Amino acid sequence: MNRRKFLKSTAAVSAGLFAPTLIAQAAPRVVVVGGGFAGASCARALRKADPRIAVTLVEPNATFTACPFSNAVIAGLRELKAQQFTYEKVTADGITLVRTSASAIDAQARSVTLADGTRLAYDRLVLAPGIDIRWDALPGYGESAAERMPHAWKAGEQTLLLRRQLEAMEDGGLVVIAAPPNPFRCPPGPYERASLIAHYLKMRKPRSKLIVLDAKDVFSKQRLFQNAWAELYPGLLEWVSLSKGGKVISVDAATNTLVTDFGRHQAAVVNVIPPQKAGSIADVAGVADRSGWCPIDPATFESKQQAGIHVIGDAAIAGAMPKSAFAANSQAKVCAEVVAALVTGRVPSAPKLINTCYSLVAPDYGITVAGVYRPADGQLADVPGAGGVSPMDAPRATRALEAQYAEAWFRTITGEVFG
Amino acid sequence: MRVWIAAVVVLAWIAPASGAPPAGAAACSGCHAASAAIVSPGPRLVGRDAADIVNAMQEFRTGKRPATIMDRIAKGFTDDEIQAIAAWYAMQR
Repeated sequence: MNRRKFLKSTAAVSAGLFAPTLIAQAAPRVVVVGGGFAGASCARALRKADPRIAVTLVEPNATFTACPFSNAVIAGLRELKAQQFTYEKVTADGITLVRTSASAIDAQARSVTLADGTRLAYDRLVLAPGIDIRWDALPGYGESAAERMPHAWKAGEQTLLLRRQLEAMEDGGLVVIAAPPNPFRCPPGPYERASLIAHYLKMRKPRSKLIVLDAKDVFSKQRLFQNAWAELYPGLLEWVSLSKGGKVISVDAATNTLVTDFGRHQAAVVNVIPPQKAGSIADVAGVADRSGWCPIDPATFESKQQAGIHVIGDAAIAGAMPKSAFAANSQAKVCAEVVAALVTGRVPSAPKLINTCYSLVAPDYGITVAGVYRPADGQLADVPGAGGVSPMDAPRATRALEAQYAEAWFRTITGEVFG
Repeated sequence: MRVWIAAVVVLAWIAPASGAPPAGAAACSGCHAASAAIVSPGPRLVGRDAADIVNAMQEFRTGKRPATIMDRIAKGFTDDEIQAIAAWYAMQR
């Protein structure tokens, strides 16, 4: 679709929605695809914004398994059950939950086709598909290789697999994590994972070693992580940057080996965090661009490629906002107000968003990055003067408080979405 | 106090029947639940006096009140935004 056609169709959609007859005749229909921190939250916020809206949530899984804190599960500090949530409270809000996946989307006809062939008509569609692994991006790393070298970047069985491998490893073994290039889900995640695995090794298998092979030279909260590693895990955790040869160019699952331009790393346990893209339905819907992610309007989260479809959460290109559960939830609530306004003929107001990411470097050592965002120059941009990371020189008491607040944050956000 | 009552009245008038959260308020609910029904050790803002919330935010912004993270977040909001958010939280149950 060219730009002119796109603008025309946007105008047509808007004209239709603002026509009072349409609003009078039937309840506005909004379909949300994906029941994670973005989708489930958006569905509930839509009902709260206007109970006249008929909201359908399309999600194949009966149980949601949260990624934040799943690194603590890998390190044996937490059980997977603490990460799992069901949709009872979501459906109690009057949301129709469809327990299947979406297989096709017709943006012109405004309908979603489900895996069983059923078609759902919508006035506005919200896509919150999260991420998919790019199985074609790293030679040797396909779905069968992930059974040997878990990614554990979608929480669940993969999380437990990596944990079991660490538990089965003998003291003195080598663990290697391959960290991906930008952009990817949870920018501080690989480094929190490295920290908590290092904590596990220090406590349980102190002769072991952990190497992080990175496809980047800089990463989120880098100085905070590196200062903490020097303090807590000296000689145990080694980070190899891109410019020092850290980029993994292929893997050999048969021998548990990672290959870089500079050598081969055969390890007892290998965690490959591979390159990612928006969940595959984004591509099917025509809202993902060549980067694999979805360009959006920063004020409305409407796709820049397909009118009437909004994209939120990890799948979206959200400017300065990272791909985090907090950001997804922020975006979901803004998007819900926008969509509720559009389907009832109101004009949405300009949004302001927040992100906060807690990371644990040890069970009693938390660090954060925060940001406040607003639409500016077609992007979601940082509000100048706000946000940033925890102070470099904070005392251990502050780190302990941030670790406590991390847990409080998890309880609140999962309560907001599923409770 | 009169200022806060006025703020609440104005907000109630411009917001739709649903009591749409003002800009930024929905994002606050990532850490501060928007409903008293949600049980969490996170600091509760629902039903708190709006003036207390405004005062806390202003002190976080200037650094007068010690903080781990709220100092960094409060700096991203204007006086008007803080007042609208505080009035909205005060009305939630």
